Amino acid sequence: MTRVHDMGGRFGDGPVVPDREDAPIFEQDWHARALAVTLASGALGQWNLDVSRHARERLAPKDYAGFSYYEKWISALADLLVENGVLRLEDLQGAGEEGLHALASRALKAEAVTAVLAKGGPADRAEGPKARFSPGQAVRVRVPADSRHADGGHTRLPQYVAGARGYILRLHGNHVLPDSNAHGLGEAPEPLYAVRFHARMLWAHAEHPDDEVILDLWQSYLEPL
Amino acid sequence: MPHDDPDHPHSLLPPEPALRVKALETILTRKGLVDPAALEEIIDTYQNRIGPKNGAQVVAKAWADPAFRAQLMEDATAAVTALGFYGRQGEHIVAVENTAEQHNLVVCTLCSCYPWPLLGIPPAWYKSDAYRARAVREPRKVLADFGVTLPDGTAVRVWDSTAEVRYLVIPMRPKGTEGLSEEALTALVSRDSMIGTALAAEPAP
Repeated sequence: MTRVHDMGGRFGDGPVVPDREDAPIFEQDWHARALAVTLASGALGQWNLDVSRHARERLAPKDYAGFSYYEKWISALADLLVENGVLRLEDLQGAGEEGLHALASRALKAEAVTAVLAKGGPADRAEGPKARFSPGQAVRVRVPADSRHADGGHTRLPQYVAGARGYILRLHGNHVLPDSNAHGLGEAPEPLYAVRFHARMLWAHAEHPDDEVILDLWQSYLEPL
Repeated sequence: MPHDDPDHPHSLLPPEPALRVKALETILTRKGLVDPAALEEIIDTYQNRIGPKNGAQVVAKAWADPAFRAQLMEDATAAVTALGFYGRQGEHIVAVENTAEQHNLVVCTLCSCYPWPLLGIPPAWYKSDAYRARAVREPRKVLADFGVTLPDGTAVRVWDSTAEVRYLVIPMRPKGTEGLSEEALTALVSRDSMIGTALAAEPAP
């Protein structure tokens, strides 16, 4: 089954409220701090992007729905720090050991920030299986859509395309498979495709017969048709 | 393996979000895991240095320079890297062009994926449940929330950013801009027009 973050197509959320183009980038000072503390903690190298996404998705549904955006970030970060052995529960309670941490030498320094952000973390890899599908080919999205790597595990396959027929639009090359990488099972790169779906095949009341939805989907999410 | 214990460690921190951030930052700083000067540097980067002006330069150049446009459509990552726009959350860029027949709209239904080096940190509406839930199912009603109505002859393509590929919408060049410089064109390109929830602005008469 799904987790609460997999909300594509959901009903009942009401209007989208646009922000002005000149609205502050960080509405509150603590939003900026939450982003910065999360990025700086990530630079300690104790988890990858897929692990951190999964930590946000694993928040209890009532918390995921009730927390604001950066509240989700900071709460998931606290969970990650403990789950990965960087902090102990006593630390969060203010009763931890004093003194420098064993990982302190890896802390991101101000002078390294620009280079680290500029470097990013490319997800494409030279290794992995050959592409099984080619542009224009019809495919079907596998069912069930939930993770095959871990029960309740991380995946980037949204429920709303499960079982749907789509068409390969382009091949992006081999990319790290989040379903594996989020669980310490290795990067397992495989071909990643942009796949085109007719909106009328996804929704009973599609707005226009020619509208389409495109998703980036890994080869193991797809079956030949 | 996933941990589904409802008593997550974060519940040990103060519940009020500003205090929760402050508490965690203090713990990490005391242990030498986080350098406060590095935090300032990160905030300054996304507050002041990286934002939609970068993307607007890319769009204006694509409008004005056919060779650049061809390169952008062929390999956008290389094309924008050559302009100095690259890095975290922009490692793999694909440009998608609006035409009279096709309008492109970008969303991330699963989280908030967004081309940071080109557009900066996403606005609140992009990260909202309403946008994430509705953009793939009823993009035209979402566009109406932004005051945009498309002709019936224009099909909508919604790009759900499910992987590490980041999509940049190249809006249609407005009429009456033939004589404008690249710099003047840049001023017509809003953040929202590069996500697909707005059109490029008409030049002032």
